[in-house]
Amino acid sequence: MNDRVQRLRDATLAARPTISAERAELLTNFYRVSLGRFPTPLLRAMAFRHICEYKTIYIGDDELIVGERGPRPAAVPTYPELTCHSVSDLEILNSREKTSYDVAPGTIETYERDIIPYWRGRSLRDRLFELLPAEWHATYGAGIFTEFMEQRAPGHTVADGKLYTTGTLDMKRHIAGRLDRLDAEAVGTRAEEETERMRAQLAAMDVAADAVILFAQRHAELAGKMAESERDPNRRLELETISEICRRVPAYAPATFHEALQTYWFAHLAVVTELNGWDAFSPGHLDQHLWPFYEREIAAGTLTRDRAKELLECFFVKFNNHPAPPKVGVTAAESGTYTDFANINLAGLLRDGTDGSNELSFLLLEVIEEMHILQPSQNVQISSETPNRFLQEAVRVIRKGYGYPSVFNADRVVDELVRQGKSIEDAREGGTSGCVEAGAFGKEAYILTGYFNLPKVLEIALNDGVDPRTGTRLGPATGDPRSFENFDALFAAFETQMRHFLEIKLLGNDIIEGYYAEHMPAPYLSLITDDCIENGLDYNEGGARYNTSYIQGVGIGTITDSLAALRRHAFDGAARGGGAGAASDPGATGRPCPMDRFLAALASDYEGDAELRELVVNRSPKWGNDDDEADELMRRVFDAYFQAVDGRPNRRGGSYHIDMLPTTCHIYFGSVTGATPDGRAAGTPLSEGISPVQGADRLGPTAVLRSAAKMDHERTGGTLLNMKFAPDALAEDRDLDNLASLIRTYFKLGGHHIQFNVVSVETLRDAQLRPEAHRDLIVRVAGYSDYFCDLSRELQDEIISRTEQAPA
Amino acid sequence: MTGTIFNVQRYSVHDGPGIRTTAFLKGCPLTCSWCHNPEGVEPTPEILVLADRCAGCLACVEACPQPKVERADGTPWTNRAVCQVCGRCVAACVRGARKLVGREVTVEGLADELERDRPFYEESGGGVTLSGGEPLMQAEFALAVLELCRKRGLHTALDTSGAAPADVAARAAALSDLVLFDLKQLDPDMHRNTVGAELEPILENLRAIDGSGTETWIRFPLIPEATDARENLRALADTVLSLTNTRRVHVLPFHRTAADKYARLERSWRHDDLPDASEGRAARVVDYLTGRGLDARLGG
Repeated sequence: MNDRVQRLRDATLAARPTISAERAELLTNFYRVSLGRFPTPLLRAMAFRHICEYKTIYIGDDELIVGERGPRPAAVPTYPELTCHSVSDLEILNSREKTSYDVAPGTIETYERDIIPYWRGRSLRDRLFELLPAEWHATYGAGIFTEFMEQRAPGHTVADGKLYTTGTLDMKRHIAGRLDRLDAEAVGTRAEEETERMRAQLAAMDVAADAVILFAQRHAELAGKMAESERDPNRRLELETISEICRRVPAYAPATFHEALQTYWFAHLAVVTELNGWDAFSPGHLDQHLWPFYEREIAAGTLTRDRAKELLECFFVKFNNHPAPPKVGVTAAESGTYTDFANINLAGLLRDGTDGSNELSFLLLEVIEEMHILQPSQNVQISSETPNRFLQEAVRVIRKGYGYPSVFNADRVVDELVRQGKSIEDAREGGTSGCVEAGAFGKEAYILTGYFNLPKVLEIALNDGVDPRTGTRLGPATGDPRSFENFDALFAAFETQMRHFLEIKLLGNDIIEGYYAEHMPAPYLSLITDDCIENGLDYNEGGARYNTSYIQGVGIGTITDSLAALRRHAFDGAARGGGAGAASDPGATGRPCPMDRFLAALASDYEGDAELRELVVNRSPKWGNDDDEADELMRRVFDAYFQAVDGRPNRRGGSYHIDMLPTTCHIYFGSVTGATPDGRAAGTPLSEGISPVQGADRLGPTAVLRSAAKMDHERTGGTLLNMKFAPDALAEDRDLDNLASLIRTYFKLGGHHIQFNVVSVETLRDAQLRPEAHRDLIVRVAGYSDYFCDLSRELQDEIISRTEQAPA
Repeated sequence: MTGTIFNVQRYSVHDGPGIRTTAFLKGCPLTCSWCHNPEGVEPTPEILVLADRCAGCLACVEACPQPKVERADGTPWTNRAVCQVCGRCVAACVRGARKLVGREVTVEGLADELERDRPFYEESGGGVTLSGGEPLMQAEFALAVLELCRKRGLHTALDTSGAAPADVAARAAALSDLVLFDLKQLDPDMHRNTVGAELEPILENLRAIDGSGTETWIRFPLIPEATDARENLRALADTVLSLTNTRRVHVLPFHRTAADKYARLERSWRHDDLPDASEGRAARVVDYLTGRGLDARLGG
């Protein structure tokens, strides 16, 4: 990287995350005057415009891409209309050991004086918790599921190519045209009040369009002013260029590579300023979107490869300047990281099904390798059309051990999206975002609604509907497991409990989605998401072309191994019959192990029965070993979960689907789940993603991949598989060839995603002892990467305990 | 027909090209002191003891039909002189401190197991490898497995010491796409003393396989104080250069990672006190062989 990028990189790495009350103040001032005077969509759009008009504009030294969400880098705004932090929340953020945010005394004063008095009881989080029924609270409180939207808005979305071909003024013209047609459309096919609602939504989108243009103009003005007083002629020229660019985009479609990057960045800032949506916003297929500009300017000689790289690196820094807005409560536990999940996709497919990789895909891999920073996340989308050369470059970067990029099966992602009902072209223009979630970029609101704790449901089924941690009855009475005649009876009880809790989750989701539709529209996000303008409907109300709600299953490895242990030892053959045949079969136990022994062992966290723990650990089939007996149980759980969720209607005119990913929720869910029948101790982490239980896979990576591929990935919207390699195992070039072969084969077998940690256990242990020496150690957590030293001790230990793959 | 194997290793990437699965056949006629698969030498199953897992519950002693024996310190002791390897002690140990090494498999059964990773072989240009022990010690079984794997379209590799009757070696080579042939000690007297077999029949097998046209890679274990003498390296180069088709030599530096295995067999190992082959030495050996016109490589 050149000196400029080096300085920007140093600065972003040094910037301390700080809470800024600026947005909260602007918003509160606006709401005090305007609440009740406008229809809600317009109120939201005007609030957004108010912030764009008055927030501090920041242009830093050396920057080529400009604009910050807060008043300066790493200054994080708050969103009191969603969650109003209490003074104690702010104090905890300031003082907590991991992922802390500096909070100045003045910020706390502002909150105490202005923000909290206005929003307490009025914020979405306060309102929702009032609206949700008692059984939802009980289930949520027990850690059976989490809720995504109680403090961050539906987002989870990605830009498509239209940002680069359609100026915001074009979008305004589209709105005007739609309004005209609205008037022209035959009256009577639609109730007048609905037409009024559409009109209000379109008017709001129009205001949001003005707001982002205004925001860009303010950058143009500041850059112009800074240019006037700049003494360095080179920098003066750069500032003048920035000023010109900000005067043109995003009002007009970008004409150059530089303008294209700035265009995306304004859209990004607008999305994350309007609301605090999950996963911020993502550029998606950046290499494909930028390609026409790059190709044209390289041919014309107006751009060099080095200059393009410099611009991309300046662009990367902007993402890293944005630590995630702080989360509180359970949500901080399920997603405790500074990463805000903006994700860049490389390679993949074009709309016509041909290979989407180009020279920029390679250039971006170089950028990833050079920058070695936390954000943005990056992934490669590998299809059968992707050249091997590209995959080889990607695995070479993976070997560096920075936890990037993760690897997706572009063909399978298309299958998943088509199965959900998308057109094949929309599917190919889609991809994955956040951690691993599939979506039709620019055309879909695909909302993650919460994690679902599968092992906890088994625990409750083993306790006849009662949560043993609290003694509270949460589910229906499904019978004393000691009375179960066979394994099928146990599984039926599990399924009944699961369906019960999922019904509660779905009921809660309806309430929450309804609340967002009514009170928290997102006019800017709607403006840039097809077909909100055509439908005259907000993103949060089902205006997008596709509207998906996901529920993410967690702990498939733990529950599979638990069920396998129960079936083997509490129901099958010798174990129940009293030891017959043990001598002839060294694999059998020879000891009876009825259900009450299991229940007693689980209740005591194996305290009184260490022998049973050894038995289930050493003598049960385990998922991740290409063992058909265990893998068949995984399928059975998966099918039951899929059947209970997939295709259920959501409130936005779309359907529910499942994902299998945890972020950091396997730690939180583990903390509320007692000892499990696979030998896992109470309170310890669950298995992560669709990875096997930590250390349970003993037959190497091919066996793990074959087990994982037995899951029907096509019926999900994303699965997450982590694999850890010792650096020694990837030392030679042929090791990289083998790694590429592992990836290709897993994808041929139907896998959705795989990611790698290439770091030794010794390094990780040393980082625990001497964090100061390993501040830049980035590891793959679950669908995202994070600084190892920023992770909780539990998560650090969990990563260390993952099986390390080494070739024989 | 059945055979006895002691391991099936998936994602095996040092026993031939690509991603492979290696079956280790139990039993070896040689007595190399440096052997890194000591559990593969005896043709019959054995008991392994993982002492660090033992909690001293003595369930194994209870389960044993032989006269009960335990050590003075209360830990179990395997009396290998009378042990019938019935496996009762293994079944009794829930902690997994005792393991049975060596299981009987059918030709079909092993071929099925080897075939599980077929998609990985196809993608990587890999396949299956028979190793040991000396796989050709169970000659008919090994030949049948190679034949069946080949019939199923899998790339087959044979990792052999060459210590086998000439007709067996020739038939095995004909059923293999690749032969990994060990050469250790090229002085006939020293060979007899350290490896425990005559050198000449092994070299005859090597020449026959080389002449048959089956691709052959030489594997040379670099063992301090056993194979790393200058004369031996010179003889190794001369021997390979005298072959018609074979030029590739893999130098495998000795390391003591097998020490654990000897401990599990409750045996001492003379290499416990000997040094590993140094990296520098191994690199110099590779350089020497390369200088002699061979395609020499470090590692498997």
